[in-house]
Amino acid sequence: MADATLSGHDHERPGFFTRWFMSTNHKDIGLLYLFTAGLVGLVSVIFTVYMRMELMEPGVQYMYVAFEGAPGMIENIFTRAGEALATAGGGTNAFADQLSSLQGSILGAVSGTGDEARVVIDGALRAEVIDVLDAAAASANPAEASTLLGLRDQLDGTPDGHLWNVLITGHGVLMMFFVVIPALFGGFGNYFMPLMIGAPDMAFPRLNNLSYWLYVAGTALAFCAVFIDGGAGPGWTFYPPLSWQDAPTSRAVDFAIFAVHVSGASSILGSINIITTFLNMRAPGMTLHKVPLFAWSIFVTAWLLLLSLPVLAGAITMLLTDRNFGTTFFDVSGGGDPVLFQHIFWFFGHPEVYIVILPAFGIISHVVSTFSKKPIFGYLPMVYALVAIGGLGFVVWAHHMYTVGMTLTQQAYFMVATMVIAVPTGIKIFSWIATMWQGSIEFKTPMLFAIGFIFLFTVGGVTGIILSQAGVDRAYHDTYYVVAHFHYVMSLGAVFGIFAGIYYWFGKMSGRQYPEWAGKLHFWLFFIGANLTFFPQHFLGRQGMPRRYIDYPEAFATWNYVSSIGAFLSFASFLFFLGIVAYALFAGRRVEEPAYWGQHADTLEWTLPNPPPEHTFEELPTREMWDRQPHH
Amino acid sequence: MAHAKHDYHILPPSIWPLMAAGGAFAMLFGAVNWMHSGSPWLFLMGLAAVLYVMYGWWADVVHESNDGDHTPVVRLGLRYGFIMFIMSEAMFFVAWFWAFFKHALYPMSAYEGSAYSMPEIHTVDPFHLPLINTLVLLLSGCAVTWAHHALVHNEDRKDVEWGLLIGVVLGFAFTGLQAFEYWELIAHEDWTFGGDKFFSTFFLATGFHGLHVIIGTIFLFICYLRVKAGQFTPEKHVGFEAAAWYWHFVDVVWLFLFLAVYIWGQGQIAH
Repeated sequence: MADATLSGHDHERPGFFTRWFMSTNHKDIGLLYLFTAGLVGLVSVIFTVYMRMELMEPGVQYMYVAFEGAPGMIENIFTRAGEALATAGGGTNAFADQLSSLQGSILGAVSGTGDEARVVIDGALRAEVIDVLDAAAASANPAEASTLLGLRDQLDGTPDGHLWNVLITGHGVLMMFFVVIPALFGGFGNYFMPLMIGAPDMAFPRLNNLSYWLYVAGTALAFCAVFIDGGAGPGWTFYPPLSWQDAPTSRAVDFAIFAVHVSGASSILGSINIITTFLNMRAPGMTLHKVPLFAWSIFVTAWLLLLSLPVLAGAITMLLTDRNFGTTFFDVSGGGDPVLFQHIFWFFGHPEVYIVILPAFGIISHVVSTFSKKPIFGYLPMVYALVAIGGLGFVVWAHHMYTVGMTLTQQAYFMVATMVIAVPTGIKIFSWIATMWQGSIEFKTPMLFAIGFIFLFTVGGVTGIILSQAGVDRAYHDTYYVVAHFHYVMSLGAVFGIFAGIYYWFGKMSGRQYPEWAGKLHFWLFFIGANLTFFPQHFLGRQGMPRRYIDYPEAFATWNYVSSIGAFLSFASFLFFLGIVAYALFAGRRVEEPAYWGQHADTLEWTLPNPPPEHTFEELPTREMWDRQPHH
Repeated sequence: MAHAKHDYHILPPSIWPLMAAGGAFAMLFGAVNWMHSGSPWLFLMGLAAVLYVMYGWWADVVHESNDGDHTPVVRLGLRYGFIMFIMSEAMFFVAWFWAFFKHALYPMSAYEGSAYSMPEIHTVDPFHLPLINTLVLLLSGCAVTWAHHALVHNEDRKDVEWGLLIGVVLGFAFTGLQAFEYWELIAHEDWTFGGDKFFSTFFLATGFHGLHVIIGTIFLFICYLRVKAGQFTPEKHVGFEAAAWYWHFVDVVWLFLFLAVYIWGQGQIAH
């Protein structure tokens, strides 16, 4: 079988630039998607590590507006501190010496001249000066101590709430639009959907590459939104009036809006491509009810993207003209309505949630079946559960907005509709469990991630049922409970799905295998780290800690500390994962066997060599190659 | 690829996607700078790059079609693709209609405690110029259908050319009349682009429709040139079909706009 796919492989491999920058090959484009998403993901994760450092303890530790003043003023502060220390006498001489050396290094760096001269005290230097003043105050007598503490307060700058907003917006926008969708839909969807249905490539190979490069252009604009003009901070939902009032002269929000436009265009083109490929290029005899579940999940996801993203494009276009051209779609003073934006946004935003998770469902089905050594339980219900989740995803959007003042009837409808989604989701969860039931389960890394996914996604799903109730949501709205809920379904759901897919197909895509012990260690580090991060956030939410704040009262200190430790552990596990990938790509054991996970990995990609040749299925696969139940 | 034993279209590498994305980035980065009182040059350069890519890319597609790469199964795929493109376009207009219907059904002035009251707006009488415009656009659609019919059933090249030409001319007429209406409203009825949300919805909904009319007119004109070059046969004319579908989509959106924005949305009629 494998030999048949190699026939006609007599042309030369293209050069580096041609292969990676002008590609019309679905496998290469899939790899580009995966690598780029990984890189953007790293940046986005670094944002959160910085945020968790800040949240580790009450009070503001790191995110300060820099203290800035004329050299004379700064010198004055130091002189008065010196005088206070001299009066205190005794053991404070050491502090006086430390202060004068700090004064020297601070006043040594003056920018500008004359009246424009400025000195900035920031970062480590600021922390050092404050430490010295604190310590000196502690050993001085009360009168001098209060002077010293007063001076300290002058240096103890203003918390930089805007920086916090920018990081949280950057994290949300990057993760939603530029990491998870590109990895699952762009990466795995591109690489494996055509292989599973036995198609030689995508229906529109050139358009496929346009999707990828528009995604890169969108990412560049998103980075502009974070780093230019102080950054955009309205949150990934862009709610007006936040998205106008947040530094109206700044270009950052406009960059963010265009970033989402471009990523939307990229995803719409990708969806058109995937739907057409799925409908038009299945192997001979592969009817819709015989298509592998991952291909189905990508197909359903493509419909969600195709129908929801243009609506978002309309909404953010209105936002753009409101910001820059004086229209009043969402501006109350001109008869507009900010709640209208929320409706249109969530009409996209809720399908988006399923866009993120459905491809992971597909991957998990294959992994669970492969390592339980059984065919998937309830194939047809699994397919129709995907379709039902996709369809229902379009009619539940306002459960994100229970507190905006909707009528009770509206709230009741959205509540019931939301709960209905638990039915198809339950079908999926129970079918995975039934697949494992009495299977001969092999706990390889992909299977660990899959079981982790099922467990954690169920936790996130159950808190989702709680949040779906309009009455209960009154209390939970905008608390850390919501943060914990959606990170359980996305960070612990979709991302576990991505890792399951990477470990499952790593040998297929690269021709080399990762070390099994390292994969398992990565799983356990990440599983413990992510749970440690997000499980305590349920408690914080129940205690009433609101989201999106840089600081919190002492009462929330313990669980925030635990959560931060968990975040650092997760970050360490991610770095370890990057190490595994680098090691395996260059020095991993070569895998020759096409179906290296055994006979229950039985979809068409397992008939191909590792890695597959440049062009696959130049001779279309025959029915015996994929049909396990030919009598049906 | 010559060895492939299937009818699908496997393409050689292409520089167009990379150029298009580079152009799009320059265009949008430039647009943001321009909106914040910078110079428009980067935007214009990006736009030029995007337009150049469109021309080059689609020219390639036409060449591939003429070379016979578009087998029946590829043509089917192209049709699927174009239908889905139109569906996504329809969903784009959903956002604008949503904004319109929300404010038409639940104006902010009806909210308890709202300080907003709708200003007096003199709207156009929908049964004068807008009705004429509706007829112009629908007639244009008829002409295109006539051309399509002539191509598929009669193989009458002259009829195809005339039908398309009439369609294009009427499309231009629609755009011209719409521009005239805008000018009337702005110059004589004191309409502004900013200001009340009614103006916002009117100008952006009809404006985006107008943009689609212009794109559709160009698309039909390209089809006219391709008919003259003899590139369409009764069996093989995906480009023509796509243009016709697009044009009918533009028709339908207009009918909804006419019913909603013009008839339902009419206030005090201007003289």
